[in-house]
Amino acid sequence: MALDDRKSDFTFVGTRPDRPDGLDKVTGRAKFGADAVAPGMLFGAIVRSPHAHARIVKIDTSKAEAMKGVKAVVTRADFATGLTGEFWNVQENVMAGDTALYDGHAVAAVAATSALDARDAAKLIEIEYEVLPHVTDVDKAMAEGAPVIREGAADGSVPEGMHPNVVRYHESGHGDVEKGFAEADLVIEDSFKTEATHQGYIEPHACLASLGADGKGELWCTTQGHWYAQKHCAALLGIETSQLRVTASEIGGGFGGKTTVFIEPVALALSRKANRPVKLVMSRSEVLRATGPTSSTSMDVKIGMKKDGTITAAQGVFRLQGGAFPGAPMEFTAMCAFAPYALENVHQVGYDVIANRPKQAAYRAPGSPMAAFAVESVIDLLCQELGLDPVEVRLKNASKKGTKASYGPRFDDIGLVECLEAARDHPHYSAPLEQGQGRGISCGFWFNHGGETSVSLALSEDGTVQVSVGTPDIGGSRASMALMASETLGIPYENIRVTIADTATLGYNDVSHGSRVTYASGLATIKAAQAAIAEMCKRAAAKWGIPEDAVKWEDGCAVPSGPNAGDFEPLAMADITADMGATGGPISGHFEATPEGAGVSFGVHIVDAQVDPETGKTSIPRYTVIQDAGKAVHPAYVEGQFQGGAAQGIGWALNEEYIYGEDGRLQNAVFLDYRIPVASDLPMIDTVIVEVPNPGHPYGVRGVGETGIVPPLAAIANAVSRAAGVRMHELPMSPPRILAALKADG
Amino acid sequence: MSKIHVTTTVNGDETEFLCDPRETLLDVLRDRLNLTGAKEGCGTGDCGACSVTIDGRLVCSCLVLGAEAEGKEIATVEGIADGDTLHPLQRKFIEHAALQCGICTPGILVAAKSLLEKNPDPTETEVRYWLAGNLCRCTGYDKIIRAVMDAATEMREAS
Amino acid sequence: MNYHSPASFAEASALAVNADGVTRFLAGGTDVLVQLRADIVTPDTLIDIKKIDGVSDITQNDDGSWTLGVAVTGAEMTEHASLSQDWPGVVEAMDLVGSTQVQGRATLTGNLCNGSPAADSVPAMVAAGVTVTVTGADGSREVAVEDIPTGPGRTSLAKGELVSAVNIPARGANAGDAYLRFIPRTEMDIAVVGVAVSLRLDGDTVADARVSLGAVAPTVLLVQECADAINGSTLDDAALEALAAAASAACNPITDKRGTVEFRTDVAGVLAKRAAKIAYARAKGETVKGDHA
Repeated sequence: MALDDRKSDFTFVGTRPDRPDGLDKVTGRAKFGADAVAPGMLFGAIVRSPHAHARIVKIDTSKAEAMKGVKAVVTRADFATGLTGEFWNVQENVMAGDTALYDGHAVAAVAATSALDARDAAKLIEIEYEVLPHVTDVDKAMAEGAPVIREGAADGSVPEGMHPNVVRYHESGHGDVEKGFAEADLVIEDSFKTEATHQGYIEPHACLASLGADGKGELWCTTQGHWYAQKHCAALLGIETSQLRVTASEIGGGFGGKTTVFIEPVALALSRKANRPVKLVMSRSEVLRATGPTSSTSMDVKIGMKKDGTITAAQGVFRLQGGAFPGAPMEFTAMCAFAPYALENVHQVGYDVIANRPKQAAYRAPGSPMAAFAVESVIDLLCQELGLDPVEVRLKNASKKGTKASYGPRFDDIGLVECLEAARDHPHYSAPLEQGQGRGISCGFWFNHGGETSVSLALSEDGTVQVSVGTPDIGGSRASMALMASETLGIPYENIRVTIADTATLGYNDVSHGSRVTYASGLATIKAAQAAIAEMCKRAAAKWGIPEDAVKWEDGCAVPSGPNAGDFEPLAMADITADMGATGGPISGHFEATPEGAGVSFGVHIVDAQVDPETGKTSIPRYTVIQDAGKAVHPAYVEGQFQGGAAQGIGWALNEEYIYGEDGRLQNAVFLDYRIPVASDLPMIDTVIVEVPNPGHPYGVRGVGETGIVPPLAAIANAVSRAAGVRMHELPMSPPRILAALKADG
Repeated sequence: MSKIHVTTTVNGDETEFLCDPRETLLDVLRDRLNLTGAKEGCGTGDCGACSVTIDGRLVCSCLVLGAEAEGKEIATVEGIADGDTLHPLQRKFIEHAALQCGICTPGILVAAKSLLEKNPDPTETEVRYWLAGNLCRCTGYDKIIRAVMDAATEMREAS
Repeated sequence: MNYHSPASFAEASALAVNADGVTRFLAGGTDVLVQLRADIVTPDTLIDIKKIDGVSDITQNDDGSWTLGVAVTGAEMTEHASLSQDWPGVVEAMDLVGSTQVQGRATLTGNLCNGSPAADSVPAMVAAGVTVTVTGADGSREVAVEDIPTGPGRTSLAKGELVSAVNIPARGANAGDAYLRFIPRTEMDIAVVGVAVSLRLDGDTVADARVSLGAVAPTVLLVQECADAINGSTLDDAALEALAAAASAACNPITDKRGTVEFRTDVAGVLAKRAAKIAYARAKGETVKGDHA
């Protein structure tokens, strides 16, 4: 059997069946984070710091504890001690120790017999603060004299003489940029800033926790990764990892923001103290104040170009503010910045800067969209100055197979050239523009990820299949798993049930992030199915009395092959499973590994922007996404990822931002003023799926979830700048900012 | 604090409950009546995930007190399907992949049903503005709009 | 919190007079419930006025004027064809408040009594010359809409007083109104600037203009200088420029999360011109779409 041969003609993969969880999700039956109940359940509430930076002098919980219905109050004293590294960072973020580090930082929590009682009791917890100086802006946080968020937070990578708020440093590249700039006909250097945005998932964080004095616990929560939650909650509570069973609820959006824990350890601590299950649900305001926004950035980019469009050198400095803890993804920003281009001379630097804001969390291709905004804006400026076509210039410089990437390795099969050619040939690119409109394009890049993956596939006596995966289904992954399993096994899609297993019933799985699920859980599903097929072929061989390697698997049947071809009637899967108990026992397949061949992904976006010169308001009349999917397993959900990434990018580019007052408090912690795009803001979003197979996946799949948010910021900035006749350097390009730029331009 | 006794009708069934005066209709539906189809995305009327109808009028149940339900007819996502027969909107949402995570879906279905009852032949722009109070973060709305328009076409052809 | 649903305005007033602590009236609830949920205001006494007879009625009086009950929702106004025909600016301004869902609950009275300088319906009501009937312990009085708000979140209503009806004047012939607001998105935002214009025409000449600005000062403004700029004109370019200048000059805004002083001041002038053109066209009998699709 040649099971590892790359497949290119498909029966099921590439079709658009109904998703297996569709009925539950259109009838209100699907159970999300806040939809679970338990007997004797209490409700929790968290008290949060109103200050951006303050020493916690005293916490008096006596009034709250005395209130009727209150069953437990916890503070940092109720968590494990002695943690270090990222466990300490997460613990400190989940519940403040000596110091509140940002507006919204959790300081105490309470559990009571009703949600209203818990909220009332939270108001009775008295906290004395000593307010400290604060800083929230990235450039100010790095400047001399800025308040120090935490001494000793920097690691050894930071060059001497930097402010203590610079906690990590990255530098990479190759060639000689000065030589490259000297060869250029035009060098443009410019500076850009982006404000933090939030992932904006519609489902707030929610969990139901139960932890007994015996150290055994159950946790139900909305998460992108329940093994991550298990590991971190266990560490923060000081219990054994395997004694905590975590079940992932249906998840109401994550986009990276649910790859860590916030309220889950708090609910467990409350439960342990109250000896009862505790439900804890964040309000929207808590989500915005205390969970993972992106980094804000300040960036300088310098690019040299010849008159024919050849880029001779590129250099970037990327400063990312990631809240009060190390971890801003500045190395991703630096490494992604110039990845679309084959460059002889490239150099990039990143700074991770801490400030009095919530700990940043991943958001769809973390760090890459900002880099693209800066880099692709400068390329657009060069195209304008040199009178060159933006797509042709990008084609001229595009990375391809064998290119030494700006971040080091050589690319294998990649689809950037195909995406750019599709953009050039798309009717959108040549459509006439109306008065007041501008057109922008941008490339985007994301690494994609493999990660630890376990899948178990069990056959039932009737020949149907249950697949247990460990990656929460955020956007239809049950459907793509079932398609890949049916493709491999040769049985109908409907005969497969895919379940998201809990931590007690499957081996470890990395989080649903890095665009890894369709790639890694898919690969694992295929491999698990192949293991089951091998066993079924063995059973058939035994039955027929021929060697195992003389049996092949075709269209859901074991078939004798080679010299035995035609000797026996094919055995359908159900024929084999019907008596599997008697022929050797239950048949299942499983896969546990860390796949390394995720295959990077490129995309190109084309967007038209219309700017009202009197008000600075931008509308988006037309948008096209072109992206390499490797192989689109369920094309409708691939299109959905493309469209969703574009929509989020439109929000980031135009209106979404974290607005801090002089007092360091978040001014817009509601959806009224944190302005994500609404239905009437957007056009239909056209999509083109490019398929350049990923050599690292049996069916050629590349992850598609993240790349789609990389190009929009730059593509829209380029469109807006061309429409308005003035270059925009700062996001969001809100109407006041555009109008001010227009007026400054005269 | 004494609780308020309320008698109301939910998806055609007469229902009674006791609630605190501060509890919203959304709290009551979810926590007292175990109808968790309506979701709380914001609690401030900005996201539409808690959409229900009261006497046929589309509202955010987070902006209605439980006490106000007295004597009213409430309809939620749990009442949209007719037994095992899905409403055309429900079928079209599955068919068009108009949901990714699914958290906004109940509210959008309730709102879209309300639109089509009032306007069986809406333009794309009308659908977009009617649904502007229903935030979806996953889809970019494209497939949602297509599903609503397609359901409207099918319903017009069937009637 | 105590919840009451009285059967008359007199009873509602008496409840409020005798209540201790914070009292709120519940009409549509789209502000009261948000403030409750966000722990901004938790009333000790909440008086639901929707069970009072007639509060959901829209009535056209014999003289052509309109009386709206205090619980009439935005959706009910939009669905009322002849009210929309008479006062498209007022109806559209109310329709701009929040989502379809919010329209199912929100009321003119609530929008007014919440006291926000950015309330969309208030400039439109001020331009239209709308009054409200205020009922208190000592009976009722009629008050111009512009005299109700006294500052952000504050009104001139005394303890025990509440709005019991909204009175919209007769539209009359050759007249039109319009309301435009600026928001960053297409929907769901609070006005950064709002401008309402109501006018009558003598032939092609503007008469009796009233121009009101929202979100550019602590209260909604009725700006006589704006009216003066276009009264007696045919809304020619010079008159429009004078209107824009007067609107910008009248602004006394703040810089906040929604906009800057400069932006609000500039855009007030831009929207004043655009709203005046729509009101003028409507007075000419043309059907002009407003801000909403």
